[in-house]
Amino acid sequence: MSTATPNLTYNYKVVRQFAIMTVVWGIIGMGMGVLIASQLRFPFMNFDLPWTHFGRLRPLHTNLVIFGFGGCALFATSYYVVQRTCQARLFSDGLAAFTFWGWQAILVAACITLPMGLTTTKEYAELEWPIDILIAVVWVAYAMVFFGTITKRQTKHIYVANWFYGAFIITVAVLHIGNNLELPVSAFKSYSIYSGVTDAMMQWWWGHNAVGFFLTAGFLGMMYYFVPKQAERPVYSYRLSIVHFWALIATYVWAGGHHLHYSALPDWAQTAGMIMSLILLAPSWGGMINGMMTLSGAWHKLRTDPILRFLVVSLSFYGMSTFEGPMMAIKTVNALSHDTDWTIGHVHSGALGWVAMISIGAVYHLIPRLWGMTQMYSVGLINLHFWLATIGTVLYIVAMWVNGIMQGLMWRAVNADGTLTYSFVEGLENSKPGYLIRLIGGGIFLIGMLVMAYNVRMTIRQKDAVALDNSAVQAA
Amino acid sequence: MAMDINDLRGIHTLLVLVAFIGIVWWAYSAHRRKSNDEAANLPFADDDIDQRTREREKRTENKE
Repeated sequence: MSTATPNLTYNYKVVRQFAIMTVVWGIIGMGMGVLIASQLRFPFMNFDLPWTHFGRLRPLHTNLVIFGFGGCALFATSYYVVQRTCQARLFSDGLAAFTFWGWQAILVAACITLPMGLTTTKEYAELEWPIDILIAVVWVAYAMVFFGTITKRQTKHIYVANWFYGAFIITVAVLHIGNNLELPVSAFKSYSIYSGVTDAMMQWWWGHNAVGFFLTAGFLGMMYYFVPKQAERPVYSYRLSIVHFWALIATYVWAGGHHLHYSALPDWAQTAGMIMSLILLAPSWGGMINGMMTLSGAWHKLRTDPILRFLVVSLSFYGMSTFEGPMMAIKTVNALSHDTDWTIGHVHSGALGWVAMISIGAVYHLIPRLWGMTQMYSVGLINLHFWLATIGTVLYIVAMWVNGIMQGLMWRAVNADGTLTYSFVEGLENSKPGYLIRLIGGGIFLIGMLVMAYNVRMTIRQKDAVALDNSAVQAA
Repeated sequence: MAMDINDLRGIHTLLVLVAFIGIVWWAYSAHRRKSNDEAANLPFADDDIDQRTREREKRTENKE
């Protein structure tokens, strides 16, 4: 126990701000996802307006769920975890507040510029150069707050969660700056300094590591703190977590080539991307097993604790999608899956099943603690949210598997004389039922987020009520 | 026999393998056990600071 500094307190304000915005951006971003899913089934949902067209709203959806929802969850949890496991207050309250307002400004800028059609066209890096510069500035401030806090630590060791958060922060800085080197030609138009296949390789070096470091390493940091904390027991194997960390970060950066199979990218680079993706299965599953086995001897808690259920089911989806990913990176499998809805299904089994569910579990763990209560307003509503999220995710993934494999098989079918058996539009016609089920699944997931928003709101109000009670007692 | 870039790639692969085995050996060695246990329990070691933070926050709130 830290008796050395009797006056030390943590900065929970910035954690509360980011935790609330996680829910807000989650609803807006996923709402955007449901809207564009409806456009794929019912084209009139494009409203014949340029600003509401699928092509402009799809990048807004991905930006808001990855950087809005996921980003705020990472900021909130990393600031919370780094303080609590280092037993040190954030390096600078002012700089932390700057990262909060700066990050919100970036997201608002995305909401304005992307529907206007201002885009670099690089996937997950669509934001134009002035916003890219703001991202870089906020990110450097984030790194200063995070690593500054680690240097202030009172503990001897740096807890494993902080290693993952730290790798995520450093690597995303390198990737963001590397991929977004561009020449501005006007206030909102720039061209990448890379050309041809080099540009494609840079793009997927960034793109896959947005998955590997933004959407994986950061959330593994979350896993290594919140799963032990919610299960009330230390992680299953700390030494496995060390091996997990080094193996994962050493492998992920090489896997991006698998997005460019059978392209102009040199064959050896494609094969290297494929091999590294296959190797990734080992650290991914090592981490999953480490998280799951933390519950050994405490499995009964799953029956009564829906927060723990969110965390553990997220690990199951993580295991599933990190098996599916390496499989899809094999060239011959990719020949079937590439450009089909299978890819979308794979992404969402990771995004909804893993990233969203572990974030939701972590936020449910955090909210009552940050507002000085013992638990959420309604545990029953957490349980309802759990089932809505699980059913929504499963419907979504299954619909996209069926669509994707069907599309892949129809596109490659040839007649005896070598002509294509099916026209492209026939594949599209047959995709309609899958698009409807995906819309329903996504809608169910979104309803779960609305239930969460209500539960969070009521928890915070309840806290206000408690505070009022206290002041009444004091006045009396 | 002249060295070329592919020899370097092969050596690099071997070095990475050695580094990996080194990390496993280090993480699993007996003298790390105590440190690992200490680190693994860090999430449970700071309840007093958490408590103090909430009490201070409550106090400033009630003043308002």
